[in-house]
Amino acid sequence: MAKKTGQTIDFASIKAKMSDPYKKPLQVVDETGKIVNQELFDSFSDEELVDFMKKMVWERALHEQTMNFSRQGRLGFYAPTFGEEASEMGSVSAFTDKDWLFPAYRDLPQLIQHGASVTQGFLWSKGNAVGDDYGDTRAWFPQIIIGAQYVEAAGAALGLKKNGEKDAVAFTYTGDGGTSQGDFYEGINFASSFQAPAVFMVQNNGWAISVPRKTQTAAETLAQKGVASGVPGVQVDGMDVLAVYIATKEAREFAAAGNGPALVETLTYRFGAHSSAGDDPSRYRTKEEEKPWFDADPLIRMRKVLTDKGLWSQEQEDKLVEEYKNDFKASMKEAENTPTQSVVDMLKTTFEEPTPQVKADIARFEAKESK
Amino acid sequence: MAKLTYIKAITDGLDVVLGEDPKTLIFGEDVGKNGGVFRTTEGLQDKYGEDRVFDTPLAESGILGLSIGLAATGWRPIPEIQFMGFTFEAVDSIGGQMARNRFRFSGKRAMPITIRTPFGGGTHTAEMHADNLENYFVGTPGLRVVTPSNPYDAKGMIISAVENNDPVLFMENLKLYRSMKDEIPEGKYTVPLDTAKVVKEGTDLTIVAYSAEVNEALKTAEKLEKENISVEVIDLRSLSPIDTDTIFKSVEKTHKVVVVQEAQKMAGVGAQVASEIAEHAIMNLDAPIGRVAAPDSVYPWAQVENDWLPNADDIEEKAREILNY
Repeated sequence: MAKKTGQTIDFASIKAKMSDPYKKPLQVVDETGKIVNQELFDSFSDEELVDFMKKMVWERALHEQTMNFSRQGRLGFYAPTFGEEASEMGSVSAFTDKDWLFPAYRDLPQLIQHGASVTQGFLWSKGNAVGDDYGDTRAWFPQIIIGAQYVEAAGAALGLKKNGEKDAVAFTYTGDGGTSQGDFYEGINFASSFQAPAVFMVQNNGWAISVPRKTQTAAETLAQKGVASGVPGVQVDGMDVLAVYIATKEAREFAAAGNGPALVETLTYRFGAHSSAGDDPSRYRTKEEEKPWFDADPLIRMRKVLTDKGLWSQEQEDKLVEEYKNDFKASMKEAENTPTQSVVDMLKTTFEEPTPQVKADIARFEAKESK
Repeated sequence: MAKLTYIKAITDGLDVVLGEDPKTLIFGEDVGKNGGVFRTTEGLQDKYGEDRVFDTPLAESGILGLSIGLAATGWRPIPEIQFMGFTFEAVDSIGGQMARNRFRFSGKRAMPITIRTPFGGGTHTAEMHADNLENYFVGTPGLRVVTPSNPYDAKGMIISAVENNDPVLFMENLKLYRSMKDEIPEGKYTVPLDTAKVVKEGTDLTIVAYSAEVNEALKTAEKLEKENISVEVIDLRSLSPIDTDTIFKSVEKTHKVVVVQEAQKMAGVGAQVASEIAEHAIMNLDAPIGRVAAPDSVYPWAQVENDWLPNADDIEEKAREILNY
């Protein structure tokens, strides 16, 4: 044993500096609607700015209408997206239909933007697997097992690389809680080891049901979790749709160019409950904590910016919301008119060639269900 | 024809599928340059290149999750889990993900994944290397679980497994890897994934077994044969689904049955076979169903391994009990 210990390596200093490169979240418009990065702001056309706002209004309307349907008992499981519109619409807008999406259960709006229909989203919630039949759309189903989508996205990214597809990536989402899973690390590390084109999104909304972000890890940022596997990460203001879009688009360009995966942590907030069934945030968080996040609402700042530029009005927004909600009501009708799945349907899709035991079950349920 | 060991028969089968289908991929821990810790994939990277046969980081959930994403993008993955005990790290990828995906996508998307994994006792491995974990997996809808007991079946079944469009857990017995040789036809042939095989015909007693226990059952059968007791031995080959027709046909003839497995007794393959017979063929029985299985302890460490594993003597004892009932 050396006589002098504790003075050779300055662990305290290493720890203190670990997060340094990751702590300046990219921002274009702040929560008051002030443009804080004019150059980046000017890179968007008026049309693009309006389009981002429309997408966020669409997502919020979808949330509100879904909650109504949920209260009416017309849906099953739903994970509210209220508050995460900038994070979700800003990021998904950076991808193309050549990209493979591996969403989790709070990512229905991105799944729909990527090619699934609203009706399919409702069918998934109602528990009808027809909701997962996306045809040729490059999308996986909303993952329930937190983290599984990360290792699968790594595989799809490697598959795209092996297929020799240019300008195509796999992208996936998880939350702050998801970054604690072993599969989170295995996913980013596999993609990095193979230098596969993957973009890993972390929507840090502060809460994993009732467990706060600080309990997940002592790391100051989640973006820095990429470092250990050689994956560059960045933090971005997740309530700023323009910042989210830019960071995600550049992460995608980096990955698509053959540089390996990239990670984007969006700092956002779950305005509502974890799910539509039973969760009550007042049990674990305070109004004082919620207030600044509600003030940072991604729609408020974008509404101000667009109104100042003469590109938006409340009247226009109200009209849009009504249109969207009418569309959602039509989609719900369509979902409700979709034949309910039967046990026979399930059995027939268990194997390509039903096994003798499955065949016997099919016969049993055909008799039962035809009654 | 060449005389090949069980392990080389599998290598030969993998060579066939890699040669036939350019979308097949072999990957896992040490499968590339090293050819696998048992040399099952020896020479395949040299022949097919690093794009088709490659090493991965050391993480089983990652390996099987990777398989799912590769299958999604048009590939036909043949991942290796280095030892079956390590599948504990990847249970979600199997039971929570790949086995359910055909259903999730309304039958429109397939998961043609063959998970190769060695298992089985008697070679004094380190802990968690020899466990018979089939009992954990046979209750997984959407997953086939198969295990060959000889080199001929090993080659034919690995080819069938890879060609199958559903996930297959392909269990390779460690003790059999180099302990037996068969004449193996060159090139492609297949052995079905869902049929049991009568490996020895008989009229007085049926022994149902699989994997290395088939050889133990055959030893018992030979011994009893000298006393003019005629024993039929069935090799299940497929543990899920189970080919009950072959079993029922045999029981109809012999009226007595002993079900043998190397795994612990609780709620597994042997229990399923016994319950199928009890449910559908009990009127053909002249005696209770005999069971031979390992004790319900954890898999033993090396020093007590041979006392723990069911062997021909245990099968003989149970066979005589049932015959004399």
